[in-house]
Amino acid sequence: MKLKTLLLATTTAALAFGANVATVNAADELPPCEGCAMEMTIVSWGGAYSASQNNAYHLPYQALTGIKVINDESSNEAVAKLRAQAEAKNITWDLVDAEGPDATRLCDEGLAEEIDFDTALAAAPDGTPASKDFGESLISACFIPQIVFSTTFGYRTDIAEWNGKTPDSLCAVFDLEGFPGKRALEKRPKKNLEWALLCDGVTKDELYNVMSTPEGIDRALAKLDTIKAQTVWWSAGAETPQLLADKEVVIGSTYNGRLFSVIEEQKQPVAMLWDWQVFDFDGWVVPANLPEDRKNRVMHYLKFATDTQRLADQAKYISYGPARASSQPLVGKHETLGIDMAPHMPTNPANQKNFLVNNIEWWANNQDDVEAKFAAWLAK
Amino acid sequence: MAAISEVRSASAAEVMTTADGMPLKRSLQRALRREKMRSLMLIAPLLAFILLTFILPIADMLFRSVENGIVQETIPRTVVALQDWDPASDQIPGEQVFEALHADLVEAVKAKVHTKLGVRLNYEKPGMSGLFRTTGRAIPRMGEGPYQEKFVEAAKDWGDPETWRTIRRYAPQYTPGYFLAAVDSEWTHNGIEFRPESERIYLFLFARTAWMSLLITASCLLLGYPIAYLLANLPMRTSNLLMILVLLPFWTSLLVRTSAWKVLLQQQGVINDLLVWVGLIDNAGRLVMINNVTGTIIAMTHILLPFMILPLYSVMKTISPSYVRAAKSLGANDWTAFWRVYFPNTVPGIGAGAILVFILAIGYYITPELVGGTSGVFISNRIAYHISSSLNWGLAAALGVILLGVVMVLFYVYDKVVGLDNVKLG
Repeated sequence: MKLKTLLLATTTAALAFGANVATVNAADELPPCEGCAMEMTIVSWGGAYSASQNNAYHLPYQALTGIKVINDESSNEAVAKLRAQAEAKNITWDLVDAEGPDATRLCDEGLAEEIDFDTALAAAPDGTPASKDFGESLISACFIPQIVFSTTFGYRTDIAEWNGKTPDSLCAVFDLEGFPGKRALEKRPKKNLEWALLCDGVTKDELYNVMSTPEGIDRALAKLDTIKAQTVWWSAGAETPQLLADKEVVIGSTYNGRLFSVIEEQKQPVAMLWDWQVFDFDGWVVPANLPEDRKNRVMHYLKFATDTQRLADQAKYISYGPARASSQPLVGKHETLGIDMAPHMPTNPANQKNFLVNNIEWWANNQDDVEAKFAAWLAK
Repeated sequence: MAAISEVRSASAAEVMTTADGMPLKRSLQRALRREKMRSLMLIAPLLAFILLTFILPIADMLFRSVENGIVQETIPRTVVALQDWDPASDQIPGEQVFEALHADLVEAVKAKVHTKLGVRLNYEKPGMSGLFRTTGRAIPRMGEGPYQEKFVEAAKDWGDPETWRTIRRYAPQYTPGYFLAAVDSEWTHNGIEFRPESERIYLFLFARTAWMSLLITASCLLLGYPIAYLLANLPMRTSNLLMILVLLPFWTSLLVRTSAWKVLLQQQGVINDLLVWVGLIDNAGRLVMINNVTGTIIAMTHILLPFMILPLYSVMKTISPSYVRAAKSLGANDWTAFWRVYFPNTVPGIGAGAILVFILAIGYYITPELVGGTSGVFISNRIAYHISSSLNWGLAAALGVILLGVVMVLFYVYDKVVGLDNVKLG
């Protein structure tokens, strides 16, 4: 086992090195941008995530082109703000980082530019066209994926009442007898309903059929009822790590990168429970109807920032998996901690024995109704 | 006023004129008009500013609660063709309607607005968003008619009369749909009815918001009154110090104060730790004081307290101490002197403070969001959700209009009961 890991690490390192050389070449070949604006406003999530983008994409691009990048941290309200900007006919943003469902929504509303992936984006080093390289992560015509992230659980490792047991299945979340203590769940129906049904005996194949019936939703809520009194509901991803660190909750859901930072960077007694993690994509959205010069600049930037090496580089700073297949083998070590990043990736085979992929289509259709029902259930 | 009427009665006998021969009445009117114009000019910049940046945007936002032009704009031919279809029938519309729909959607797909319409109709019937997206993809390769079969083949929901009923119902330029949703009702083929019990939320939240705001106002009054009294009656030096203690939190960021309450109130927090250490509660029985109603009431009372104390203080400051002394010298005991003499004088301050706190509380958003958990959230949290996440701005606007209406009605009732003349801010 050890040998295998070592081998894997070495090859990764070698690959990374080889790619680095290639990068320099690619950088030299970065074509000049004609008729382009000299600054761009990029909207993202802030915190460690923006920092990873800054290190992997913005700084190298600025070094090559000398343009100015203005960072805005309003991604969590990007959909509403973009709509407001479009209605005021004054788009101030050039590029927006958004989650898959939001990107789909923006696309549906005509607020995002459609992308021709193969011409707009760089091909993989071996020549595979971008649309093939990104593969299934291309969930919307307006969305250029950067990372795969997952929503999963973290639990405290020092709970005396658990008598030395550690949760190894999702259903531990619903097992108040075996694993007493408070839980943290997101204040949204998405993912919670799926998890509840999976632990109520519904199979993965049946999941969305069951959820499409009113009885299915009631069944999921009934399952959640069993832990409702013991649940703290979060609305920002940073809350669960804080609640875990404060021992306010013993187990809670959040984004895997947040848990990585609690566990590896802050060294809290917390561990990951990868069972039935839910995959999501996060990526770039170009606002519709940008002026010509700004659009040219954005497309020029995108071709650089979403190439194989750049996506792999981002994984040095945060534990989210690159969306390109060709970037996967290039994932190396954490820039400052020096630990191997591969085992911390949601896409690591050992971590994805059981998993779901966010069902954007189903949620786009049913969100309004299910949300109302969930909110009513929560409030009672 | 009296002077003018005197002039008027005098003019009946003989028209009074100014020195230059103009009738006095007209000259006076002109002077008054000039005066009015001048004051209008003086406030004009502010008026224009408020109109442009406050009133118009709000009016525009509120207008969205009934506006529904999108259906007619996106599929005009279909809307016209649907007029002849009987929504009570179990049959889907005929080929003529599908032909119109095809013509409309070809244009809509080209302009990429069909999905937008789908999102709009999805608020009324789940699945519409997907229906329009799927159909939009099928349109370019649909070819020549007849279309009815082809549409049903592309997405089977086109064969469901309920889809057509929804489109027909929400075709008009203006819709009551958002307001109905805002009061937990829906418009079905049986007419207007309440949503199923398990989906009702807004009326309940309105009631909770009003009730909790009242509770917060009451607790602000209870806590603020003695402090305001001390502020007004202690010697200057001590009262200034007290005043700083009141104002300091007032100047501190709202978020900082709310987060501080989180640290204090949580189960592993300062207060619980202290209680466990003293031995009042045991480790397993730590109090739940946050992420519920208690948390919201405590944090909001603290945050809104200065809005109660300051008007109370400024009113109490003007009450002469000799009133109470006089009452006592006439034989009143401490309680009678306070209750019969001092307290009635402070009512205008209570009125002002209560109105301020109540109106601020009823629209509060960030504190309930952070410390309210699920049982302590307000209607404004749902409004915020619909503005920034679900993007259902029509529903958010309808909820906002209702909230505004409720506040205005309460204001009116308050005026009738207490009297706005009795409100004094200083």
